[in-house]
Amino acid sequence: MAISRTKKIDTAYLYVLPAVIGCLVFTIYPVVYVMYLSTLSWDLISPDKTFVGLDNYKRLLTSPEFQQVLINSATYMLVMVTVSISIALVLAVWLNKRTKLHNFVQTSIFTPHIISLVSVAMLWMWIMDPEYGLLNYILGWLGIPGLQWIDNPDTALLSVIIVGIWKVIGYNVLILIAGLQSIPSYIYESAKLDKANRVTTFFKITIPLLSPTLFFLLIVNITSSFQVFDSVRVMTQGGPVNSTNVLVHWIYQTGFEFYRIGEAATGSVLLFIIVALATFANFKLLASKIHYQ
Amino acid sequence: MRDISTPMEKSFSQRIPLSNANTLVSRALAILARKLSLGKLLETIFLVALSLIFIFPFFWMFTTSFKTLPETMLFPPTLLPQQWMSQNYMEAWRSGPFPTYLFNSIYIAVAILILQFAVIIPAAYAFAKKSFKGSKLLFGMILLGLMIPTQVTFLPIYLLFSKVGLINTPAALILPFASSSFGIFLLTQNFKQIPDEIIEAAKLDKASEFKIIFRIMLPMAKPAILTFALFSFIAHWNDYFWVLTMTNSDAIRTLPVGIVNLKDTESIKSWHVIMAGNMILVAPILFIYSLANKYIKSAFTYSGIK
Repeated sequence: MAISRTKKIDTAYLYVLPAVIGCLVFTIYPVVYVMYLSTLSWDLISPDKTFVGLDNYKRLLTSPEFQQVLINSATYMLVMVTVSISIALVLAVWLNKRTKLHNFVQTSIFTPHIISLVSVAMLWMWIMDPEYGLLNYILGWLGIPGLQWIDNPDTALLSVIIVGIWKVIGYNVLILIAGLQSIPSYIYESAKLDKANRVTTFFKITIPLLSPTLFFLLIVNITSSFQVFDSVRVMTQGGPVNSTNVLVHWIYQTGFEFYRIGEAATGSVLLFIIVALATFANFKLLASKIHYQ
Repeated sequence: MRDISTPMEKSFSQRIPLSNANTLVSRALAILARKLSLGKLLETIFLVALSLIFIFPFFWMFTTSFKTLPETMLFPPTLLPQQWMSQNYMEAWRSGPFPTYLFNSIYIAVAILILQFAVIIPAAYAFAKKSFKGSKLLFGMILLGLMIPTQVTFLPIYLLFSKVGLINTPAALILPFASSSFGIFLLTQNFKQIPDEIIEAAKLDKASEFKIIFRIMLPMAKPAILTFALFSFIAHWNDYFWVLTMTNSDAIRTLPVGIVNLKDTESIKSWHVIMAGNMILVAPILFIYSLANKYIKSAFTYSGIK
């Protein structure tokens, strides 16, 4: 008996071993090591790494260029989150039916989400081409003068945001529809009996009962917004005049183009802190989910 | 509504002689009018317009990829190509080592997938069906991976790989994804739902654990496995960031990086060739989506549905 038990334990550890090694080497160790790197001044090539403590943090947080990067990231995130979730909410309530047409529309809206952001970004660069692009043509049709889109520092970030919203909206709609379907229909029936109108029903029943799903989406959208890279790299490379440089793109540039490893690592740690805070908030909010069901 | 439109249909067919071709049209309209109220018609129009916002750009990518260079500069733009230029694809294909990119894309995504299954299936089985000391701690540690983005870890991993000479090798693109926190989480949840009695019964029949996993666990968790396979394949097929940072040689790079190169090397306005290259990247995913859209949707929304 004792022998068979030890045997059992052994196999279990053997089964999880590759996964645990993978986690240690590619998650735990890098997170610890990136924190160490963030305290160094190092150009990747020279053998001497100088320990500078928290100097990188101090310098970055006071540098106007990096502040601009943080502002760009925050703007991207705020617009993405508010616009994409509110549009998705309206669409989800509207599309939450099981007809063939509704299903088709759900499928079409979701398509951009599974396509590589590289392709999506290039496709939109073509659509937003100031001279021959479809978008300015359609705007002209409506009597609106065309824009320079990604070539103009005033509209470049907006252009990247439009692409991001277009890509994510189908995902948000699908998650919200799943949330809507988990609301029991008898609640709506009793609201009808109480003669509640559509608007009241939406704000007094749908939104509160959907709040766990909305919180979830909020967290997912916040964290993924701070991780945006592909569209910025493809469309603008951070320009014009730093107007679209976001955190991850800045980390990439600083590390791989300017070889300032310590500063790039500092950016990575800040990204980690942002994502960790958002996730922590998610767990806290999920714990309060019990109130609603 | 039905009360109003039915007499209308009758009046149509009475007034117009049957042999007239118009009759067919008017009858069709009348039937349509009976089936759709005005509100429903408006909703249908809006729904179609809505789906166009998301489908039309892909259609635009497709048609541009067959146009000639002068046609991409026509104003107003043409909806369909005047001549269908399949040469654009040859031009995109020859503009860089595209066969290599395509081969690498398939090779990397499939290799990751196979390795992931080899790692996550036993781990999920152990977490779901075996009790061992520290299992909760280890499971928690693995789930931690769900919240740490690759953009945080790429710098240390790059330094590690360059120290051991793995930069510009397939291993640099495959190994970091050999285990998947999402996959372990998904499969563990699914394995837990399989009743222990079935496993006990199999053990009484002297089935090996290997057999239990392959004959009982895997068949019963088939939807989850398919879900994960689609999720993983699409994610790594589309991946740009990791390939860009871990490689600098065309011999090892995949389609997304190759297509961005196409954009950067081609003179900026040759959208027809760029879109042809893009189609090569996008078509396989669109094809898989058209076959398995239900599974793909659930794969990508799984974590949101509680």
